[in-house]
Amino acid sequence: MDVGQMQRQWIDYTKSLFLEGFLDGQFLQLQQLQDENNPDFVVEVVSLFFEDSERLLKDLTFALNQNGVDFKKVDAHVHQLKGSSSSIGAQRVKNACIAFRNFCEEQNTDACLRCLQQVKQEYCLVKNKLETLFGLEQQIVAAGGSIPTELSFSG
Amino acid sequence: METDGVVSIDHVSPEDSQEVHVLAVDDSLVDRKVIERLLKISACKVTAVDSGIRALQFLGLDEQRRTSESDGFVPSLKVDLIITDYCMPEMTGYELLKKIKESSMFREIPVVIMSSENILPRIDRCLEEGAEDFIVKPVKLSDVKRLKGYMATREVKVGSHDRRSGAEGVGIEINNKRKLEEEEEISDVSSSPPSISTLSSSPFASSPSSSPTSSPSVLASPIRRLKMSNTD
Repeated sequence: MDVGQMQRQWIDYTKSLFLEGFLDGQFLQLQQLQDENNPDFVVEVVSLFFEDSERLLKDLTFALNQNGVDFKKVDAHVHQLKGSSSSIGAQRVKNACIAFRNFCEEQNTDACLRCLQQVKQEYCLVKNKLETLFGLEQQIVAAGGSIPTELSFSG
Repeated sequence: METDGVVSIDHVSPEDSQEVHVLAVDDSLVDRKVIERLLKISACKVTAVDSGIRALQFLGLDEQRRTSESDGFVPSLKVDLIITDYCMPEMTGYELLKKIKESSMFREIPVVIMSSENILPRIDRCLEEGAEDFIVKPVKLSDVKRLKGYMATREVKVGSHDRRSGAEGVGIEINNKRKLEEEEEISDVSSSPPSISTLSSSPFASSPSSSPTSSPSVLASPIRRLKMSNTD
């Protein structure tokens, strides 16, 4: 595959992530913040998000499996996860967190456990998608090309 | 690492004093990284800390330095703007705002609050306490561009701003209405993505963001209104 084909593949894949709702406009903001002086910015922020999320999901699992669930604590964790997913544009994760918080308010343990499953699922999906995307980027750069900066949705 | 809570600091030498220096406060590592980059790409020097207490320590306003104002303590890096998250453990952004406004040395520094929640009473309370502006997260490049207006033009605004007789709430409403519109739009991205080129600002950025002194939310600040009335 030549660089041009790889770049087109990257564009198509990125577009699909937006079309399927995995990513929203905030991810585009992050891409704008990347340049020759900060070529790994997006990967760095997303990596921080992965670490942060994995810690929070672990904490949530623990908190929801206690005999007396501390819903304030659970809500605080979900709030944090909602915030960081929103900051990187992980739309589906963010939306799952919003639903989760509603059940925290109701102090409904079963519903919260279901929400946690949902959030975990969405997190795994977006993680895979982003890792695939970064893999494509690495291939492009390794082949001497650059990552496209324009995404036209008119095609 | 975060051994002393100051996670990132630019070394500003006297020659660099032309560039604005922003103190960013957020307990979220992801958000700190993003805000730091947003500010740097907008030609600001950034010091990012993870709590209100660290922020006060940096300014020399913490409990350990009770005498900071009387002994002439000056922080080595002049701070031109403070941007802080609202929801933080131990000390909220609102509490940090109050402490700064209570300090004779630092009360003139514009403070901007960020929050993921668009709660009007919260926003009102912050603006009443003297916050310059309130940004609903996630923070965008257009938000940071608007902030630069508060910092660079503190002399200019005394002279040449326009006289809008807006009601107190107008600035707040405009800011939030725009944010609400943005939120509605963003939820539609998955179904109808916009045409995107290397965009320089959000499609919803109000035109005042390009002019330093006319941002509506600036006029809503009680402190700003006070300065305006003294200019005749």
